[in-house]
Amino acid sequence: MDIWSFITNPFVSIYQLIRSLLTSLLGLIGLSGDVASVILFFIMGGLVITVILLVAPLLMMYMTWLERKVVARMQDRVGPNRVGAFGLLQPIADMIKFLTKEDIVPQGVDKPVHLLAPIVVVIPVILSFAVLQFGVGMGAVDLNLSLLFLLAMGSVATIAVFMAGFGSHNKFALIGGMRAAAQIISYEIPQILAVAVIVLLAGTISLNGVIEKQSGLFGLGWYILYLPVGPIAFFIFLLAATAEINRVPFDLPEAESELVAGYHTEYSGMKFGLFYLAEFLNTFIISAVAASIFFGGWQGPFVQQIPALGIAYFFGKTILLIFIQLWFRGTLPRIRVDQLMNFGWKRLVPATLALILFTATFLWAYRLFNQFLTSLGG
Amino acid sequence: MDLIGIISQVVFFLVAALTLAAAFATVLLRNVFHAGLALVGTFFGVAAIYLMLEAEFLAIVQVLIYIGAIAVLILFAIMLTRSLMKNEDSGMNKQWAWAAIAISTLFLGMFIVILQVPWLLNTSVIGTDIVPFLGTELLTTYLLPFEIVSVLLLATLIGAFIIARE
Repeated sequence: MDIWSFITNPFVSIYQLIRSLLTSLLGLIGLSGDVASVILFFIMGGLVITVILLVAPLLMMYMTWLERKVVARMQDRVGPNRVGAFGLLQPIADMIKFLTKEDIVPQGVDKPVHLLAPIVVVIPVILSFAVLQFGVGMGAVDLNLSLLFLLAMGSVATIAVFMAGFGSHNKFALIGGMRAAAQIISYEIPQILAVAVIVLLAGTISLNGVIEKQSGLFGLGWYILYLPVGPIAFFIFLLAATAEINRVPFDLPEAESELVAGYHTEYSGMKFGLFYLAEFLNTFIISAVAASIFFGGWQGPFVQQIPALGIAYFFGKTILLIFIQLWFRGTLPRIRVDQLMNFGWKRLVPATLALILFTATFLWAYRLFNQFLTSLGG
Repeated sequence: MDLIGIISQVVFFLVAALTLAAAFATVLLRNVFHAGLALVGTFFGVAAIYLMLEAEFLAIVQVLIYIGAIAVLILFAIMLTRSLMKNEDSGMNKQWAWAAIAISTLFLGMFIVILQVPWLLNTSVIGTDIVPFLGTELLTTYLLPFEIVSVLLLATLIGAFIIARE
C-alpha cells in the first residue's frame, strides 16, 4: 500500500489494512474456508458497528453544542462558554449530568412500555446510519434499496412516540403523542413523494447510486441544479422532513408553552437523554439524506483524485443544512394544528404529485426525443 | 452442513420463535395497547424472515407498510377509543366459539393447501435490483389487477371521507 493512497483515503485504507492483517493472521493460525470467513465477518462487522455506535452519539453531542451556540447568537446571547474553550466540553458535562441523574419512574405509568419507548426510539435512528454514505466507499452497507430503507426507518419512529405518549398515562404526553403521530403520518407522504422525484431522475433507489449519478460537471451535477424540479423537490423535502422529526416550526408535539414537553413529559435522566439523542440524530439523518440526494453527498471537485475530500464535502453540506434548520428554530414561530394539517394535505401533497407528473412527463418526452434523434442518425 | 448453514439455521429458529411468541402475545395479552405493540413485534419478525430469504425489498416494504402505516393506524385507533387508565380488557367475548371455529377451519384449509402444493423453486435469476423488474411487471403483465386495486383504494378513501363527515 503506497503512502499517497493512504493519505488521500485514510479511513478506507485503515479498514482494508485491518482486514488484510486479520486474514493473514487467521491464515497463520491455520484457519481457512468457512470458519475463517465467519470469524472475519463477525470481527469486521463488529468493528463497523462499533464505529457507528461511537460516531452517532459524538455527532449528537456536538450538534447540541452547535444548536445552543447558533440559537444563542441569533437571540443576542453568548451561549455555553464555561466548560472548555468556546464551551466545547459542555456536551460532555451534559452527558455526565444525564447519566448521573436519578431514573424516575412515575407512579401509574405502563412500566414495560415506559421503559421500552426510549430504546425503540433510538434503534431505527442508529439503523439509518448503516446506509448513509459518508464518503467515497464509506458506508457501512451499500444497500440497493437504501432510500426506501431510510424512509421505512423514519416511519418506525411513530411507534416509539405512541409508546411514550400512551404509556406515560399523562394527558400532556397523550396529546403530544397524538399530535406527533398525526403529523408524522401526514408529512411522510410528501417526503416520500419528494424522494420519488429524485428516484425518477436518477433511476435508482440506492443512496450510493443516486450520489454517483451526480458526478457530472466536475462533481457539481447535483439534482438541486436540475431546474425547475430540483429546488422545488428540495424545498418540499426539507419542509416535510422538518415536520416529520417535529422540529420548529412544526414542533407542536412538544410545544413547551402548552404541553410541557409533549410525549416525553414523564421522562427524566438518561431516558430523556435518549429521546434527545434520537431527535438530534434524526436532524442529522434528514440533513445527510438531503445533502446526498440533492447536493451530491460526497460528490465534488477532485473527489476522484483525493477521496478524503468526499468526507469534507459530505459533512460540509450536511452541517450547512443543519444550520438552516437551526435558523428555522431561531426565527420562525410555531404554526397551529389546523394550519399544519391544511398545509400538509391541501398544499404539499398535491404540489408533490404535480411535480412527479411533470418530471415523469418530461423524462418520457426526453426519451422519445432521443429515440427520434437516433432514428434520424441511423 | 457447513458453518454458515448452521449459523443461519440457528438465527432462523431464533427469529421464528420470537415471531411466534410475539404473535401469541398479540392474541393473549389483556391490555389492547400491549397487544398492538406485540403485533408490531410480529411484523418485525416476519420482515426479518423475509430478509433471511434474501427478499430485501419485501422486508423493507413490510416495515414501511405494515409497521409504518397499518400498525400505526391500529395503535391510533386504540389511543382514540380506550380510556387512559383502564388497563385490563377481557380476552374473550361472546363470539369466541364462532371465532375459534372459523379460524381453525381457515388454518386447516391453509395447512392442507400448503402441504399439497409442490413448491417449485424458480432458479431463474432476476438479479439483485428487483425494483425495475417489479415496476415493469406491475405496469404491463399485471396492469389490470393493479388498476383495480387502485380504484378500490380510492373508493375506500372516498367512503371514509363520507363516514367521517356525517
